Amino acid sequence: MAEEFVNIEINGKPVKARKGAMIIQVTDANGEYVPRFCYHEKLAVAANCRMCLVEVEKAPKPLPACATPVMEGMKVFTRSPKAIAAQRAVMEFLLINHPLDCPICDQGGECELQDLSLGFGRDYSRFSERKRSVPDENLGPLIATDMTRCIHCTRCIRFTEEIAGIQELGMVGRGEQMKVRRYIESTVNHELSGNVIDLCPVGALVSKPYRFSARAWEMTAVPLVSPHDGVGSNLYGHVLRGRLMRVVPRQNEAINEIWLADRDRFSYEGIYSPERLERPMVRENGAWVETDWESALAKAAEGLRAEAGSLGVLASPSSTLEELYLAGRIARGLGSANIDSRLRQRDVRDQHNDPLYPSLGMRIADIDALDALLVVGANLRREVPILAHRVRKAALRGAQVAFVNPAAFRYHFPLAAALESAPAALAGDLAAVLGAALEAAGKSAPAHLAQAVQAATIGQTHRAAAAALAHGEKRAVWLGALALRHPRFADLRALAAAIAQTTGASLGVLAEGANAAGAYLAGAVPHRVAGGKPAAKSGLAAAQMLAQPLSGYLLVGTEPWLDAPDSGAERTLGQAKFVVAVTPFASETLRRVAHVLLPAGTFAETSGTYVNLEGLWQSQTGAAQPVGEARPGWKILRVLGNLLDLEKFDYLSSEQIREELAGLCGAGTAYAAPAYTAAHAVAPGSEAARVVDVPMYQIDALVRRATSLQNTLEGRTSAVTY
Amino acid sequence: MANPLKTFLLPELLKGMSVTARTFFTRKYTLNYPEEKAPQSPRFRGLHALRRYANGEERCIACKLCETTCPATCITIDSDVSADGTRRTTRYDIDLFKCIYCGFCEEACPVDAIVLTRIHEYHMENRGENVMSKDKLLAVGERYETLIAADKAADAPYR
Repeated sequence: MAEEFVNIEINGKPVKARKGAMIIQVTDANGEYVPRFCYHEKLAVAANCRMCLVEVEKAPKPLPACATPVMEGMKVFTRSPKAIAAQRAVMEFLLINHPLDCPICDQGGECELQDLSLGFGRDYSRFSERKRSVPDENLGPLIATDMTRCIHCTRCIRFTEEIAGIQELGMVGRGEQMKVRRYIESTVNHELSGNVIDLCPVGALVSKPYRFSARAWEMTAVPLVSPHDGVGSNLYGHVLRGRLMRVVPRQNEAINEIWLADRDRFSYEGIYSPERLERPMVRENGAWVETDWESALAKAAEGLRAEAGSLGVLASPSSTLEELYLAGRIARGLGSANIDSRLRQRDVRDQHNDPLYPSLGMRIADIDALDALLVVGANLRREVPILAHRVRKAALRGAQVAFVNPAAFRYHFPLAAALESAPAALAGDLAAVLGAALEAAGKSAPAHLAQAVQAATIGQTHRAAAAALAHGEKRAVWLGALALRHPRFADLRALAAAIAQTTGASLGVLAEGANAAGAYLAGAVPHRVAGGKPAAKSGLAAAQMLAQPLSGYLLVGTEPWLDAPDSGAERTLGQAKFVVAVTPFASETLRRVAHVLLPAGTFAETSGTYVNLEGLWQSQTGAAQPVGEARPGWKILRVLGNLLDLEKFDYLSSEQIREELAGLCGAGTAYAAPAYTAAHAVAPGSEAARVVDVPMYQIDALVRRATSLQNTLEGRTSAVTY
Repeated sequence: MANPLKTFLLPELLKGMSVTARTFFTRKYTLNYPEEKAPQSPRFRGLHALRRYANGEERCIACKLCETTCPATCITIDSDVSADGTRRTTRYDIDLFKCIYCGFCEEACPVDAIVLTRIHEYHMENRGENVMSKDKLLAVGERYETLIAADKAADAPYR
């Protein structure tokens, strides 16, 4: 259906507008600014602030631009005397009950009410009566409230209802008594809740961790990339005198739109945790001694060389691409292929079948347009909140979403099918779904899966899940973190791939960490060398390195005993002869097992690149000054490489490292969903299996130390083992 | 010689002498500083002070408007939530070497917290003393509060 257009006139300028568009959309598109508070392009139209009143020819009264559709021949005047008088009057009404406490308000300097009052209001107040005051709400440890400042635009309410999907906030009372409240006494617990801070046009909802600590105008905004999940959300780090004061979203419609998960927004608190390692330290005769960089690095190099015969390198999958590449080069330069960043993955049986890198199998922006989705073993809202939001958008549009999970996780959209499947039964249930899909398509099972499919008993829910996946044009099957951590991941993937193939869906793996895909390209996995090429000799995977002690370990940004719970990491590392940690944080456990501690910068203090699950390379420069004597991780690894006499380790910048790796990857840097073609035979039957659902604020070293996140309801939950 | 009369009768000399003679008999302006001091305006802009309310509460609310308006960027403020939940400075430094005594900070202050007092006779003996910390500024404010309050009151009708 071709779009229909109408001709209208804005301030005397003829303009073509899409039929059915609101006036404000047309004025925005044509560079004519109309003031607004309640209107937001991502939210439904409420038309309750009345700030966007404009004059329309032949209309007896000014009309709200956000709620008036354009019509053929309409003549709109945004700055006519009538429009200006209307806007000025509305502004006066809004300011009647708004306190003039801008000097102590955190929104001061970035406040829409301030800006519009300057541009569209009077320069004095005629109101001399008493202003109303409203008691504050306790919305939890992330959002601070000053409800007296609220101008009732209802953006926050519409956000919780339309975007978050839980109505956590609502409007109570009318007129003078009108208040934004929670319906039930509780905190706001949604994983995207921090976005109401950005949405609030005034200082009624502000960030609690950032409260009173800086002013909007004195900080420098540095573009950053989120280091917590494979989405690669775009951020701005606001830096004041070298210190990261807060994180706000950076608009990128292809990735995070304008939203940001709380984990990405508030994790920066961890940077300034008391556990931060500020100076290089070495253990001498059982006691920790602070020392200078030269001697610490020399000792690290000496120890690593001595243990080169049995060396394991464990890197956090949220390290930058440069760090992962250099860690891989150091490991292989010392003759060890034992390097891994898949800390929580236990089953690597068919890793030789891995695609070029773990991929979502589609672009993130295309999730909205999905028609059918089967998610296997993923607590989407916890693992990838931004993707969960996109899936929600698709589901509300009519996409059929089915889950196969160990428990019934709460989702805020209609599910086509939800299969509760204990870890032991997961493979069997997946085989049953495959069986149902094959049955519906009239195909027979591929040879390597025939046995498993035959053994499966197909139930009602299996059929429903398979039927959901037959819906529409664009379909996908995703394997989540719970599947990745499953002891039979190889089987699950083979089954999921077969389901995807049968139903014509794409296969995605929601690998954990911001650089899970990058680790494959950088050679930070045992079976791949830099550039994503298969290694001649595959080394030990993380699970194996942590199960049986090697004599030397190099830890890059990881705390294996927490990153890989139940792996026995603390005991294994404790038995090693030499452990070097390149880490921003020094916990008690790390001090117990390590021999040399090298303080590294966190994501905000280092330049680097993150490759997200759609294969997009996103680079950033460092924003904050490293705490103490900490240095960016790539610099530490570079000097370590020099001291180990490894060849071609004379990098001058992280860009140089990235260019070298990009050269090795060749076409791997461009977007192309890497294919997984498996012939991994799946044996039927179920064996006892356990999968740990790591709470979303426990996934990496930085969020574990973000105090406010830890104080949320989610932060206080403990890991669940299914 | 353009004007021989002027050349020989030296009228300039007489003119000059008459100024000397007039000044000789008028009242002297010279002050015997430091025993004698010139009168000061209530708007005199000297050493800075941070004021408190009568109940002892700090006036400063860490809005940072003084820091922003300062043309010499001599003010450095860190702020945080105080024990009673209000917005307060944790650090308020003024570098007296950088300060140009323009008084913009006083103009910008919404709560009359930072003021320039009449004190203009002060010195430093060691490096680093040029930076007035929050404690020092508050101490100046406490000591001269009566004077500052009187000056503010005197200037109030013109604001």
